[in-house]
Amino acid sequence: MTGKILATYEYTPAKVERGYAGKTLYINLSDMTIKEKPVTEKMKELFVGGRGFGLWYLWNAVSSDTKWNDPENEIIIAGGPICGITQYPGSGKAAVVTLSPLTGCPMDNNVGGYFAPLLKFSGWDALEIQGKSDRDVIVFIDGNRGKVVIEDASDEPADTHLLAEKLTEKYADSEEDKRNISVVSSGKGAENTLIGMLNVSFYDVKRKAVRVKQAGRGGSGTVFRDKKIKAVVVKYKGVTGDSNNPADKKKIINAALRLHKEIFELDKLQNRMREVGTANLVEVMNDYDLLPVMNFQYGSHPDANRITSKVFREKYFTQNVPDNCWYGCSLSCAKAVDNYEVKTGPYKGQKVCVDAAEYETIAAVAANCGIFDPEYVIEANFYCDTYGLDTISFGNIVGFAMECYERGIINKEITGGLELKFGNADAALELLHQMAKGEGFGKIAGQGVKSLREYILEKTGADAKLLRDISMEIKGLEVSMYVSKESLAQQGGYAFANKGPQHDEAWLIFMDMVNKQIPTFEDKAEALHYFPIFRTWFSLQGLCKLPWNDIVPADNAMTDEPHKIPAHVQNYVDLFNGVTGKNITKEELLLQSERVFNFQRIFNLKMGKGTREYDMPPFRLLGPATKEEYESRAERYDKQLKELGYDIEGKTTEEKMALLRQYRESQFEKLTDAVYKRRGWNKNGVPTLETVKKLGIDFPEVVELIAKYQE
Amino acid sequence: MIKVNNEDMDFTDGMTVEDVLKIKKYSHPMITVIVNGKVIPVDSYSTYKVKDGDVINVIHMMSGGC
Repeated sequence: MTGKILATYEYTPAKVERGYAGKTLYINLSDMTIKEKPVTEKMKELFVGGRGFGLWYLWNAVSSDTKWNDPENEIIIAGGPICGITQYPGSGKAAVVTLSPLTGCPMDNNVGGYFAPLLKFSGWDALEIQGKSDRDVIVFIDGNRGKVVIEDASDEPADTHLLAEKLTEKYADSEEDKRNISVVSSGKGAENTLIGMLNVSFYDVKRKAVRVKQAGRGGSGTVFRDKKIKAVVVKYKGVTGDSNNPADKKKIINAALRLHKEIFELDKLQNRMREVGTANLVEVMNDYDLLPVMNFQYGSHPDANRITSKVFREKYFTQNVPDNCWYGCSLSCAKAVDNYEVKTGPYKGQKVCVDAAEYETIAAVAANCGIFDPEYVIEANFYCDTYGLDTISFGNIVGFAMECYERGIINKEITGGLELKFGNADAALELLHQMAKGEGFGKIAGQGVKSLREYILEKTGADAKLLRDISMEIKGLEVSMYVSKESLAQQGGYAFANKGPQHDEAWLIFMDMVNKQIPTFEDKAEALHYFPIFRTWFSLQGLCKLPWNDIVPADNAMTDEPHKIPAHVQNYVDLFNGVTGKNITKEELLLQSERVFNFQRIFNLKMGKGTREYDMPPFRLLGPATKEEYESRAERYDKQLKELGYDIEGKTTEEKMALLRQYRESQFEKLTDAVYKRRGWNKNGVPTLETVKKLGIDFPEVVELIAKYQE
Repeated sequence: MIKVNNEDMDFTDGMTVEDVLKIKKYSHPMITVIVNGKVIPVDSYSTYKVKDGDVINVIHMMSGGC
């Protein structure tokens, strides 16, 4: 059944040439405008695609006063020129950009599923949605018929596992046609919290099930539901290996053959992504004291062996089914649990296919809350997905609330009767359902860690410094799942990240803490210049990061710069040139990224942030914030203090903590200076005029903005 | 005494690369072991004998993150 048609737009689908359709689909939900906008050569030159396009459109759409829930805010979904090739693993990603309800600044996510490729082959490089509807709507893009329809969706369910399934059935002409459909949706949780995320679907032909991947961070789903969008659906039949009309297909195929060979020969010896996905990291992080346990207090736990990839592999993950979230990805890391019977909440008793569980989810919802139960992980993962909630933020919120509860800072009067002790899975799930309904303590907690801290301060008058030390957020975004206390470089990786503390900008812990390869401030600054810039590139192109360094060539260790995976960087140069017909070098590849990376930093400045004060982490990111943490690793910290020349004989834990804190905070400040300098920013963290000129982003508005901050 | 990733470690007679990895709890599968500048093949970890004074680098290859 079709809801009332609110607007229709017919178009002639553009033929994709060398990776670009050349047009953007613009929709304004306030007045139901649907129109096309040209993708100019200048846009391609400066912003490339994906996140770059998203930031550029958003920059032009909002003012420095725009809030996340103003009609001017947009959600932009875009792939990129390489997006949609079927030969090279990990080539179906969509970048999602919007103003975040958690940070007030641009948020970017890089998500799998079929949406971005099908959108492009329907004739659109990007989808730009602005305005707010007065009723729930579905946007349907039919790429074969050349038609865009906005329908009333008041009667449709909001939760993803129901809606994505229903819409896939509705818009497909047959079982075979379901693979030609991708649904972007969220859920009730996104309506009632600020941590809403977006699910992007693909149809799993072998399982005969709709699967979903997540644009998880920073509340994109909350913006989506605030605009009253229940779903955006794209349908396109006719994907082939040539749909991008690449300039030089041979270049793409040669790079792809090299990588497929590596994956088939080496993945089983390296990360076993095909077998267990990113869950392989649980045991690794626990062994290296990097797995966040009980709100990042600790880095390991004896019970972590109950939630390792071995457990999920043996009991839950379905094996020998292709788990790729776009055609041609032999890394196949999108693991799933089939026929899971839901145990709690509104869907209790239903049997579902759960896209579970990624490392970040396991670490966040389980270890970080002191819960070591794999079935709880699957349950929480299912509900976060269908409610449209970010598992990383959810796990942080629960972990923070549990620590406050255990320290006696909050009690049942505050939590509405929930006994939020570490390890209490029932209470965590109850809080999750409350968040989705916007009821009780869940309504308060669902506003994010920063807001919850402010609420607790107001209600209890607790120690503000302690609360800041243990609330794991920077810029308003909750920290992703790695303990960075012993890696100064990773502390910077988190603290300086444009969108907030997410590991996709930089993951330097092994290079820094274990390998000791970047000992000086200059070394760390170089790493914090190169890797965030390099990693940005994936989201400009429609690519997944995992095939870059979660599989490496057998001889990679013998290269000059093994951590850059030089052979794979060359693959990316070949892919870009093969698709677009251009002839960039690896240096020009980095320049593409550096430009967008700096533009995003300046965008933060436009929104009233983006300076040094917003790069300050909670102390727990840098070291032991409480006596319990210090004493749990006393041997390590005592040794460090002695090596630094402190006489700690007879000193209390509190005195030693103060010494360590003073030292680590000073190190962080020195790192900040070194990184800003390397990036071409001033001491306040603002790109200099020289930097923006060098990058070619010295637009009048940019120059005027940063001029206020020049020294 | 041997040096592993720039840190001192007690040496014992008969110690192999595999023993070093176990003691350091280096369980990550994507590592390269370099002893005095020479890469040790993975299939030799259990047989390659470390000598007193050796300088060992265990390079973890993963840069991590999604």
